[in-house]
Amino acid sequence: MSPAITISDISKCYQLGLRAEKYLTFRDALISAVKAPFKRLAGLRGNGPIEGEFWALKNVSFEVQRGEVVALIGRNGAGKSTLLKILSRIVEPTEGSARMRGRVASLLEVGTGFHPELTGRENIYLNGAILGMHKAEIDRKFDEIVAFAETEKFLDTPVKRYSSGMYVRLAFAVAAHLEPEILIVDEVLSVGDAEFQKKCLGRIQQVAQGDGRTVLFVSHNMGAVRQLCDRAVYLRDGKMVSIGPSADVVTEYLNSASETSENNLLSRPRFQGITPCIAGFSCRPAEAGRHVASGAPVIFQIDLNVTEPIQNAAVTIMFNSDQGYRVLGISSRCEGELLTLQPGKQSVVCKVDSLPLVSGRFNVDLEIFSAGRVADYIQHATAIDVEFGDFYGNGQTLLPFEGPILARSHWTFA
Amino acid sequence: MDLSATSSPVAISAPAPIEAEIPEFEIRPSRGWVAIDFRELFHYRDLLYFLIWRDVKVRYKQTVLGFAWAIVQPVVNMVIFTTIFGGFAKFSDQVPQELRDRHVPYSLFVYAGLLPWMLFSTGLSNGGQSLANQQNLLTKVYFPRLFVPTAVIGAALVDTLISFGVFFILMFCSGMIPPWTTIFMPVLLLLTVLATMGAAFTLSALTVTYRDFRFVLGFMVQCWMFVSPVAYPLNPNAHWKVWLLRLNPMYGIINGYRSSLLGEHWDFAGLAIAIVEVAAILFFGLYYFKKTERRFADIA
Repeated sequence: MSPAITISDISKCYQLGLRAEKYLTFRDALISAVKAPFKRLAGLRGNGPIEGEFWALKNVSFEVQRGEVVALIGRNGAGKSTLLKILSRIVEPTEGSARMRGRVASLLEVGTGFHPELTGRENIYLNGAILGMHKAEIDRKFDEIVAFAETEKFLDTPVKRYSSGMYVRLAFAVAAHLEPEILIVDEVLSVGDAEFQKKCLGRIQQVAQGDGRTVLFVSHNMGAVRQLCDRAVYLRDGKMVSIGPSADVVTEYLNSASETSENNLLSRPRFQGITPCIAGFSCRPAEAGRHVASGAPVIFQIDLNVTEPIQNAAVTIMFNSDQGYRVLGISSRCEGELLTLQPGKQSVVCKVDSLPLVSGRFNVDLEIFSAGRVADYIQHATAIDVEFGDFYGNGQTLLPFEGPILARSHWTFA
Repeated sequence: MDLSATSSPVAISAPAPIEAEIPEFEIRPSRGWVAIDFRELFHYRDLLYFLIWRDVKVRYKQTVLGFAWAIVQPVVNMVIFTTIFGGFAKFSDQVPQELRDRHVPYSLFVYAGLLPWMLFSTGLSNGGQSLANQQNLLTKVYFPRLFVPTAVIGAALVDTLISFGVFFILMFCSGMIPPWTTIFMPVLLLLTVLATMGAAFTLSALTVTYRDFRFVLGFMVQCWMFVSPVAYPLNPNAHWKVWLLRLNPMYGIINGYRSSLLGEHWDFAGLAIAIVEVAAILFFGLYYFKKTERRFADIA
């Protein structure tokens, strides 16, 4: 039997700035139309690759057999979502092709097209139609959808009055009752409460095993990937690193994704009057075989190139969330460690016994403070990716809306 | 995560019978002309219905007058234009002789022009913004994008049908009965819808790429109205410059409405020009839309 999905040499190129600038104006188009011939002249002289090109995916090829569950894993920005968008026909590949055998339904976001003013009942129909169902099909499955979402009582309430949990349940319920041959799911399991997540995972498993449908999904939950998937595809920087049995690929991914380092910090812009001394920063697991993950022991290293001695220096590492707010700071000062830095190259090493950050990407700011003034400060020195980890040692996880940091706690009656 | 205990409490639906012929398609970079996939449009027909239904339903939510707004808007427009153009500017004297003979009030003359104009202008301004306003849909799910502006026009068409009802009521109130030529109305309405679609396809695709058109749209609709005989009668034989106004497709359409509904003499040349232009606008709109469609999700 021919495979359900055949991906051959798919590449996707973005012009940098096109999306970042957000609004391409008519004036820009006129200006670039005038500039174009000159640019082309410059190009003819061989000025290297076109400026601002970014390959989100480069020559990715693999096949997915019918009835198989395959996970895409990799860090943020590895190209997972771009690949799903191409296979869902939302964006076009720049090069290459893919052949899909069967009807495709994709769930890249929970509740796409939900209208807050409409009731639950109305949104089931609207969302179902957006996902490609016919009215008759929705009629047929209506009761099943409502039962799965457990929102019977609120069917005639506008969804803007729903709690976020109810909203997510309803949205997933609609999508879960699609009957495509190929189901494409982005990281939608990261929303909703634990009970419902289980139910969704169960449903995906059922879809694949019971009904013999093909599922391609993205997840950061390595436990789920191991359990649900036959095979996994590991993407890094837009390229396919490996494909194989999910347990092997997950292990490979976790092992390789563990070290981050940035060695070029001396040249970063500083505030006026600061003599740069922070030269590099790296982050790695403290024990072999472990990863930079929630609850794992982690080592941060700051490389310094000191020109004048700094007395009683307090070194601080600050972590900021993707949304830009600060979530955690760790400082030598708080541990009573004031360091005296002598001229020359040296490194300060900081070990955290149990990393209290949830999985995700964090931007790191670095500061050295001495004698009442900032000796050096770098904003966004680098970004670290924290993997999913068993912080509590019992398999429990914090849900995304419950915050970015973790702490052990003891619960008793008083 | 333990999955063994997750048997869902819901009865599992029997899998849909796998069709003998499984649809197969290829994803690759598109080049040049992109054909319109009519089979796909047909497959998604229920979505078009639900998108129109959503727009109609949501539009008058949390308003006190609700659906009455669909009646209030054209009637207030009619009163304003009748007072200014008919009362103050005395355009009422230039209404064609055959309408004066039939004692057609100026207000009805204006209303007959407003019927196509309000559909066209609403379709243009709302349809033109529709893609830019629904980026979320464009970047998260696949469906025929043509339906986004089309649905907005569909919703405007619902209002137009209500306006037609009001028109006939006003007509009976002023003691007139519709002439037999009213049977041509569906054809003229179709022509209006096609013109609106063509223009909205072009403008929505332009607006998604160049946000300037958000601002251009407003001026465009305003200027277009001044060169269309919505609120005033136009005698093309008065001056050669006036004759030029016939090149506006809305001239032929509006005149057609008045001929059909009120019994004004037909300007067949004007109508023919309109038909040719509407066909051109529609084809260009479809062509430009399909050509730029592949980039919508990248730039939205």
